[in-house]
Amino acid sequence: MEEREMTMREALNAALDHALASDDRVFLLGEDIADPGASGPTKGLSTKYGTDRVLDTPISEAAIVGAAIGAALDGFLPVAEIMIMDFIGIAVDQIVNHAAKLRFMSGGRTTAPITIRTQVYGGLGTGATHSQSLEAWFMHIPGLKVIVPATPRDAKGLLTSAIFDPDPCIFVETIRLQGQRGLVPAEPSFAIPLGQADIKRPGSDVTLIAYGRGLVEATEAASRLEDEGIDAEVLDLRTLVPLDVETMLDSVRRTRRAVVVHDAVRFAGPGAEIAAILQEELFGDLVAPVRRVGARFVPNPASPSLDAQVYPDAGRIVAAARRTLEPASARRE
Amino acid sequence: MATDSGSQRRLYELMVLMKAADDRLSKGIATGELLCVYWPSRGQEAIAAALGLCLRPDDQLLTTYRGLHDLIGKGVPLLEIFGEMLGRQVGASRGKGGTMHIARPESGVMLSTGIVGAGPPVAVGLALAAKRRGLDRVTAVSFGDGATNTGSFHEAANMAALWDLPVVLVCQNNQYAEMTPTEHTMKVERVADRALAYGMPGVRVDGNDPLAVVASLRQALERARSGGGPTLLECLTFRFRGHYFGDPMAYIPKEQLAAAQAADPLPRFRSHLTGTGVCTEGELDDIEAAASARVEDALAAALAAAPPSIDELDSDVYGDPTHCPA
Ligand SMILES: Cc1ncc(C[n+]2csc(CCOP(=O)(O)OP(=O)(O)O)c2C)c(N)n1
Ligand SMILES: [Mg+2]
Repeated sequence: MEEREMTMREALNAALDHALASDDRVFLLGEDIADPGASGPTKGLSTKYGTDRVLDTPISEAAIVGAAIGAALDGFLPVAEIMIMDFIGIAVDQIVNHAAKLRFMSGGRTTAPITIRTQVYGGLGTGATHSQSLEAWFMHIPGLKVIVPATPRDAKGLLTSAIFDPDPCIFVETIRLQGQRGLVPAEPSFAIPLGQADIKRPGSDVTLIAYGRGLVEATEAASRLEDEGIDAEVLDLRTLVPLDVETMLDSVRRTRRAVVVHDAVRFAGPGAEIAAILQEELFGDLVAPVRRVGARFVPNPASPSLDAQVYPDAGRIVAAARRTLEPASARRE
Repeated sequence: MATDSGSQRRLYELMVLMKAADDRLSKGIATGELLCVYWPSRGQEAIAAALGLCLRPDDQLLTTYRGLHDLIGKGVPLLEIFGEMLGRQVGASRGKGGTMHIARPESGVMLSTGIVGAGPPVAVGLALAAKRRGLDRVTAVSFGDGATNTGSFHEAANMAALWDLPVVLVCQNNQYAEMTPTEHTMKVERVADRALAYGMPGVRVDGNDPLAVVASLRQALERARSGGGPTLLECLTFRFRGHYFGDPMAYIPKEQLAAAQAADPLPRFRSHLTGTGVCTEGELDDIEAAASARVEDALAAALAAAPPSIDELDSDVYGDPTHCPA
């Protein structure tokens, strides 16, 4: 398959472009998404498809999502953008009490196949209201799908699937990954099914389970561990709901050790669910407790010196991985 | 009521200080000397100066990420502002909040928010508190044109009017919300007209003329203080440096920017002051030199200050730090 190198931003643009080109039911709505103001993944699309299909909205997050739901009820496939994930709070009622539940509450008579693209900041000095990774909120709501790509290829493939998926999808992009380059299949319809984890690096000693920006740190940690003679497997979850439990269990059954990594706050974060599943299913196979590396339980501090202490980095992941390899006697606290 | 010459001089002092701070920050960020995020207020000084002049020390002000000018007007020390922007221990929030989240209750600044539209409901609560306490304090809340498209703004406007609360809703209409022109996002031509829906006065003024803003603001404050309820004050202005510092502003038509710059509130007010004999050129030069010196001193002190200690991370999450999960 022919591949092209591009940034994550370009890969997302390619997915939106393909969806708009191939299906008239697809349209985009959000703040500052039309030209000439657009600078992110929607750049150029209003020029190409017109402002009927790429709608700049007022700053009205609740109505952006509500309108997406309404159009979806009538058969459209809207892609709504919530500029930064922290602002999604304003739209939570529409997402949680409507999009997530309409299929069930109507006994399947109405559905809301919307996609909400949103972006996680963090590490940019913007402070506590422009930095949160809130995916755990949405994992907790039956009816929602939650997707967090970490590479340009996955971004393209997963966004394409999300847009055409019959259920509401929360698609979480990461600003710090947007400029990252990678190979993406040139075929415009390239899609990756939701609910399939991906082993980004095979290994045998410990599984580093990550997604989103956590994958970058986990990959770096794996190469540092290699220098110490530890062979880490890096598993990218890619979608949190549906969760690919099988791939996760297969991996950890082999390595018998796991570290879960994410930028979301560690306490009650996605890693808590994953660790719980691993111990429920693999209790006898595990040779060490599953470790979690996540953001500290603090609102994100603006000061760079404090911010540097908050997010997971390769060093913390390496330390956690080493702990899973310590003999049990050394592990007792 | 005409604004006396002392007050006019005071307005100019404030505007010049706001501009000097903006200019210096802009220069420092552009050269890489200063590492911080900044949403510039250059161009909007007349509104903030009027607020600074007219609000009493016990009156309150809420603002946004684009709050440098508002904070200076309400008397937040430059060192605390710069220190916060640069993430230093001397910052208003000891470096933890950052540019967008500066509060200083001693100066009456109760909130700066990074969430568009979040200020007005909080202003309602502060005004409710003043009413309950029997205080004649007024709460002014500053926000942009784009913020008036949020549900939050409309809910708060309705409540403030319903309960006759001492609130002044100050819309700094700089004609853009990020990269989107205001007329692309609302059917009404005047933000002030939105007041009609809530049964409160809506007034539009030239936000580049500090005396016009002062005149309307005084009426709104008087009304609020005497139990007459809120006013929506729309001040027409422009942001000269775009949304964030470094914004290439490609989406702003050149003629529009040129026209806005020709209406720069500073030179305009300066010539008013000299033309009417309120101040001499020499006096105004002195004001400008003094402002630049104050800005330099405060910035040097902020730069020399220490970053926050690591202990700051776990403090202030809860009242009792032991309640913080690991
Ligand atoms: C709820 C919410 N949505 C979106 C944003 C992103 N955002 C930050 S500033 C801004 C434009 C606000 O425009 P306006 O209210 O006119 O204020 P200005 O920036 O022009 O001073 C937007 C959309 C945000 N901070 N909060
Ligand atoms: Mg504006």
